[in-house]
Amino acid sequence: MNADTLPWVALIGNPNSGKTAIFNLLTGMNQKVSNYPGITVEKKLGTGQFNDGTFYHLLDLPGTYSLTPESFDERIVTEQVLQWIHGNNPPAVIVSVVDATNLSRNLYLTTQLLDLGIPIVIGLNMMDLVDKTEKIDPLSLKKWLGAAAVVPMSALKKSGLNKLKEQVRANILTRPVNNDIFPLEVTKPIETILMPIISLLYKKLGYTPRFAAAQALRLITRKSTLEFYNRAIQKERKIDSKTVNELEDFRIIAIKEIEKEELKPSSLEAILRYQWLDANLAQDRSDHINQIRKINTSEKIDQIFTHKWLGPGIFMGLLYFIFQSIFNFASIPMEWIEAGVDWLGKGVVTLVPESNFRGLLIDGIIAGMGAILIFLPQIVILMFFLTLLEDSGYMARVAFMLDRGMSKIGLHGRSVLPLMSGYACAIPGIMSTRTIDNWKERLITMLILPLMSCSARLPVYALMIGAFIPPITVGYVFSLQGLMMVVMYFIGTVTALILAKIFNLWIKTKGKSSFVMEMPPYRLPILRSVFRQVFIRAKLFLFNAGKIIMAISVILWFLASFPKTDKNGEQITIHNSFAGKIGHTIEPIIQPLGFDWKVGIALITSFAAREVLVSTMATIYNVENTADDMVQLSDAMKNDMNPSTGLPVFTPLVAVSLMVFYVYAAQCMATFAIIRRETNTWKWPLFMIVYMNVLAYLVSFLVYQGGLWLGFS
Amino acid sequence: MTVGDLQQGDTAIVKSYLGGLDRQSRFLEMGILPGIELRLVKIAPLGGTIELKIRDYYVSIRQQDALNILIEN
Repeated sequence: MNADTLPWVALIGNPNSGKTAIFNLLTGMNQKVSNYPGITVEKKLGTGQFNDGTFYHLLDLPGTYSLTPESFDERIVTEQVLQWIHGNNPPAVIVSVVDATNLSRNLYLTTQLLDLGIPIVIGLNMMDLVDKTEKIDPLSLKKWLGAAAVVPMSALKKSGLNKLKEQVRANILTRPVNNDIFPLEVTKPIETILMPIISLLYKKLGYTPRFAAAQALRLITRKSTLEFYNRAIQKERKIDSKTVNELEDFRIIAIKEIEKEELKPSSLEAILRYQWLDANLAQDRSDHINQIRKINTSEKIDQIFTHKWLGPGIFMGLLYFIFQSIFNFASIPMEWIEAGVDWLGKGVVTLVPESNFRGLLIDGIIAGMGAILIFLPQIVILMFFLTLLEDSGYMARVAFMLDRGMSKIGLHGRSVLPLMSGYACAIPGIMSTRTIDNWKERLITMLILPLMSCSARLPVYALMIGAFIPPITVGYVFSLQGLMMVVMYFIGTVTALILAKIFNLWIKTKGKSSFVMEMPPYRLPILRSVFRQVFIRAKLFLFNAGKIIMAISVILWFLASFPKTDKNGEQITIHNSFAGKIGHTIEPIIQPLGFDWKVGIALITSFAAREVLVSTMATIYNVENTADDMVQLSDAMKNDMNPSTGLPVFTPLVAVSLMVFYVYAAQCMATFAIIRRETNTWKWPLFMIVYMNVLAYLVSFLVYQGGLWLGFS
Repeated sequence: MTVGDLQQGDTAIVKSYLGGLDRQSRFLEMGILPGIELRLVKIAPLGGTIELKIRDYYVSIRQQDALNILIEN
């Protein structure tokens, strides 16, 4: 993983254990987010500095409850850990992050890590939140667990970090070897049954006796463990198909034997581990029996937030507030950006002499970038609120409240967060479906997710609404413009839910759905980390979108500006340019939707990304405009007249038809690419392109023709 | 009786599981084991899911799964 010689440390813990906060504290801004090869789970790698001034690498693995994988995210951790055992660049130390307010369940994973033989430093996080009456003895914990160190700490209060680093450093230097025997109390008959597997793992794969025992137990518990060995055959020389076949045979025999003992093989590991853990923890904590009767602050807050009536009401209110804010708070920064772009264009006009290059600069690049930059404030606001809801723990409540409705249409309570992330961007949304264990529920969530209006549609809506929907108030309080925006989000969402139900009936896959979701305590989001996330996502948006927009703007400017003269040497206009010809060719197909050739060009360029519509229109109008200054896009569209009829090209009805088209159309190549990667076949992305674009054409057609028939223009 | 039969505020001790083995392993890993005591915190506003307190944490599961967790009387 790292070509340099710095030691590296892995950070592993349960979801909600504060792992990421610790990662951020240890590495500061010095981190790099990339993807694991071939898959799109975020791989967060950072560099930290020890107290003695030396550096180390830190890898933040996805949160998991155990090394027996259930969801896709968790499989990453299991696979990584097995690769370390097989000698593939293991970390010098593993930091196991444990939520001290929730010891037994968090330590379950730690005990699995302790079997690996890699030094484990336990970061006992959230010590500040532990009940005053409760006493946790780190030394006793360290002793009976057999950990390299146990460091009480608090990421929130930033305490214990130096101690943690000290212990990690010390263990990197000494590299202690853990020769403890497998600590769980496995009864004699079970030990005898497991023996063939244990000795096979010991002899053929060179496992330590302790890890061989742990892995034998896990093989019995979950068949998915076997799949790792099957997949490893191609990758690792040590594992051959003969060994894996033997493992498989031994496993089947052992399971039969265990069932003869009237035990359930699938529950064996969990029961043995918790028995051992609970017995040892009981020694340390005598007054711990009444935990379940304690009502903590989060439960009190939830008396309102997940209340029978108030709960859903608050959720709806929050959604409404967020969408209103997108408009209200963004208008001032948007004006600044508009003024800035205008100033830049004027500056270039005075500085650069008239030339093709100036045309490219002003009409292509500045007009294209400016058209997109202006929507950044709205995107940032949306991302800010979504991150806030996620980090505070509220999203788990939403999943809890909505799971019933979601499961009725073939989705999962955990689909809510990905779908809501879809309002920002489909790509992180699709990535976050990995937390859904059931493949069918996950697939349906991915397929309908692109119908959630993402921030790339926002520029399109905002442009069309701003220019063509009158700013009047309806029903005393609602602005028609704001309402129109809500309607666009609403029809996308409702269609998505209806299609989910249809796909659910149509897609046949086996596999039971399960729903075991921790309700994490409410936490005040650390604003710095919220801002950091928003910043990272906004930067990604700007760079990714910026690259595409820049390239397309340049190509488009060329296609729209050339040829300059026809074969008789006469000046020709944009109508006869390359771009104009393309637009006019497809015009007959899109005319029934109310679109002219300019929109036709934009529909093609939008295939790269939806927001390109705005920059495309800006480029076209700027090339068309022969004067020196830059034209304001919405004015240009309003003043655009059809030369043959003398009527405006864009009307409110055309604007609505165009917006509806953008609600449904599959236009983002990045989304296709990610669905291809996640489903590992072209079938699903192709299916998505077809169903979304057919839907877009049909609904737009109905809106425009229906509108004309009703007498709208 | 099963966890699915509990009312808000009730506590109970888990006895055993009914039904598919594959499905229960996640419950077990989360520490919902025979012999452990739990409290039904809340039924979701629209039904379908319930919230439990178990060990030191809160967890929500589906009503239909709760019907597979037998409790001691």
